Amino acid sequence: MMHPPSKPSPRSEFLAGCQATFPLIVGAIPFGLIFGALAASSGLSWLGTVAMSAIVFAGASQFIALGLLATGTHWLIIVLTTFVVNLRHLLYSVALVPHVKSLPSRWKLPLGFWLTDETFAVVINRYNQPDDSPYKHWYHLGSALFMYSNWQLCTWLGLTVGRMLPDATTWGLDFAMSVTFIGMVIPYLINRPMLATSLVAGGVALATYSLPNKLGLILASLAGIGAGIGAERWSEAEPKRT
Amino acid sequence: MNEVYVIGGMALVTFAIRYTMFALSGRLQFSEPFIKALRYVPPAVLTAIVVPAVVIPTGSDLQLSYTNARLIAALIACAVSWFSQNLLLTIVVGMMAFLGWQWLLLTGLV
Repeated sequence: MMHPPSKPSPRSEFLAGCQATFPLIVGAIPFGLIFGALAASSGLSWLGTVAMSAIVFAGASQFIALGLLATGTHWLIIVLTTFVVNLRHLLYSVALVPHVKSLPSRWKLPLGFWLTDETFAVVINRYNQPDDSPYKHWYHLGSALFMYSNWQLCTWLGLTVGRMLPDATTWGLDFAMSVTFIGMVIPYLINRPMLATSLVAGGVALATYSLPNKLGLILASLAGIGAGIGAERWSEAEPKRT
Repeated sequence: MNEVYVIGGMALVTFAIRYTMFALSGRLQFSEPFIKALRYVPPAVLTAIVVPAVVIPTGSDLQLSYTNARLIAALIACAVSWFSQNLLLTIVVGMMAFLGWQWLLLTGLV
């Protein structure tokens, strides 16, 4: 499905990164539109909405913040919730460390700022491909910039056009994010350890759903990773018994 | 003023989480088992986000029924993704299934 650029150059890698991110953009568009459209009703100002997308740039926690703002939650609780919800990005950045550690700070800083679920899923595949293209960080930049500009545009469109369609927020278009993530997860499920990871993460996520501040998300992720490692050890040990 | 604290604080914690490891990366040396474990990060995190969103659509109770359009569409999306391995197709068919099923429920056809 994903081919390394035939002749790696910064430009070809950048464009390949944009291209690989395109399907995820399709999934993010409705999500961004709804954020923009919903923001006003939660009491966030026009400027605040634009600023949140521009400098926070974290879809899921932006939605949660809207919900909390609407109920008049103290700002510290909102920030704390954001912290917990975005802790998953720590897992992503740790996974990317081997690939970005030799880059200069002028690269690490923006790539860190632009780290999202979508860009992580796309670029980790590129980094893990065996070819030794020296420009894989340009692929990363292409994916990140494409996601970022799309999110800004969709927030703005949601604020302007989205508010003219009062019912739009009840259509459930946020389901686009779920369906995007499904399309990202299924290709991983090619062996038992990955299957175990996914099943356990899903199960624990349900069991811990009622915990505050999306803490269940972190517990479920860690349980899933543990299950994967366990299943890997177990399946490695298996042939030796015969 | 409250808004400035909310957005500033959210931006600060989000950036700190995303960037800290990158900033330290020159000095970090991970062990082999740890790097192996990292491969399980994407499916674990993404599944943990998706499953509750699909089966607890209102955020309060579990809905394992054909009247839950998200569940039906998610199952269809899983099948499309499994057989086609095509992300764009999965998203488009999944969304169409979701909107279509929702419409059928509204009109009382299912």
